[in-house]
Amino acid sequence: MKTMKYDKELLKDGKRIDGRGIDDLRDMEAKAGILKRADGSGYFRMGKTEAIAAVFGPRELHPQHKQKPQRGILQCRYNLTPFSVDDRKRPGPSRRGKEIGKVSEGALSSSIFLEEFPTATIDLYMEVISADAGTRCVALNAGSIALADAGVPMKGLISACAAGKIDDTPVLDLKGEEDMGGQVDLPIAMNADTGEITLLQMDGMTDIDEMDEMLELAMKGCEKVAEKQKEALMETF
Amino acid sequence: MSEKLLEDKKKVLPGDVVAEGDYLAGRGTYKEKGKIKSRVVGIARTGKSRIEVIPLRGGYIPQEGDKIIGRISGIGPSHWWVELNSPYDGYLSISEGSNEFIDLDSTDLSDVHNIGDLIYTEVIKVTKGKDVKLSMQDRICKKLAGGRIARISPSRVPRLIGKGGSMVEMIKNGTDSRITIGQNGIVWISGGDEDLAYKAVETVDKNGHEKGLTEKVKKILEKRG
Repeated sequence: MKTMKYDKELLKDGKRIDGRGIDDLRDMEAKAGILKRADGSGYFRMGKTEAIAAVFGPRELHPQHKQKPQRGILQCRYNLTPFSVDDRKRPGPSRRGKEIGKVSEGALSSSIFLEEFPTATIDLYMEVISADAGTRCVALNAGSIALADAGVPMKGLISACAAGKIDDTPVLDLKGEEDMGGQVDLPIAMNADTGEITLLQMDGMTDIDEMDEMLELAMKGCEKVAEKQKEALMETF
Repeated sequence: MSEKLLEDKKKVLPGDVVAEGDYLAGRGTYKEKGKIKSRVVGIARTGKSRIEVIPLRGGYIPQEGDKIIGRISGIGPSHWWVELNSPYDGYLSISEGSNEFIDLDSTDLSDVHNIGDLIYTEVIKVTKGKDVKLSMQDRICKKLAGGRIARISPSRVPRLIGKGGSMVEMIKNGTDSRITIGQNGIVWISGGDEDLAYKAVETVDKNGHEKGLTEKVKKILEKRG
């Protein structure tokens, strides 16, 4: 739970520490097809948070006992690179990394026609190369681009973005300091075309009205993210 | 109230609505709440009654009737396993594997097709669980000896063949190579100027979605000394 207090004011006259309003996203950049040897790849940046993603497959799944006879599976890896954070992160799998990989599988696989690939696997590797809050959202955005780039059949793109609460006010897309000093962080992922939410997590305490407000903000943010993702894919092909 | 929402040959992304109402959702699309949406990155083809999306990217999934190039990866008591550049291996039984009678008492199966051999073969059956049966009975099927292979994206195969085979004919004539194209994205090149043919095939793979591809390939073929 968030208890740490930040010694600066995070919100002053409706402006945040980096000059954004309460419903502004950080500046975004998206690319597709950045890695030659992967079947599909993507890059996404939101402010100072950056991630690259690579897709391999559909391919044969080993060990065999993981195979599902009726459908394929999606295997996601989420990793913070050692140089992505201020203090060097010890490389290798962590509890947090494994957990985010797992929820990413859930967030993305609902959109993929996995029944077309019985016994096979689609492997998605998401590497955060620079972290400044919202890493799972940025990783998912890059991952979704990579899946489309690999030609994986999908219902639609998945776009992710976080909302939160700082100084008792719901705001969109927290950056590092806001995440540390804020009260709530609420990352979501959704299919922006249909409005189906595929990931919803929350850290901190809030009431139901405020949560609705934050959700609304985050969903609007996802729509803007989706536009950026589509732009990147259209440019590549 | 059926309505096409996009023009023919428009680029689409997964989830994009291509048409609404009483159309057939063809390859590369799916139907949701009366809307026909694309499931891949591709080019929309809107016919009179059927909506299709031709994929621009993607791996190979075997389909009945496909002629493909595979590599023998294993030998069983009365069959071969064939690697197909896909998540699924192909099964080639002894009766489908050769036109001649094979007496198992006196012949070793590796004398017919050995591990590592390339074959041009036909997919005759794909089950729901993606068990793939192959056959060499068709006259066009053969063993591919010598030469070299190029790997291209399976979605570029139609482009490499061209209208009525025009593109591959041009490369063949320009290099005097023999070229066999598998629908799984494996291309076999033998004889003539193999390097040049390889280069031309690679160009088609890299620039397959652009206009003026024929001109580009022509230019490469002119370089032959």
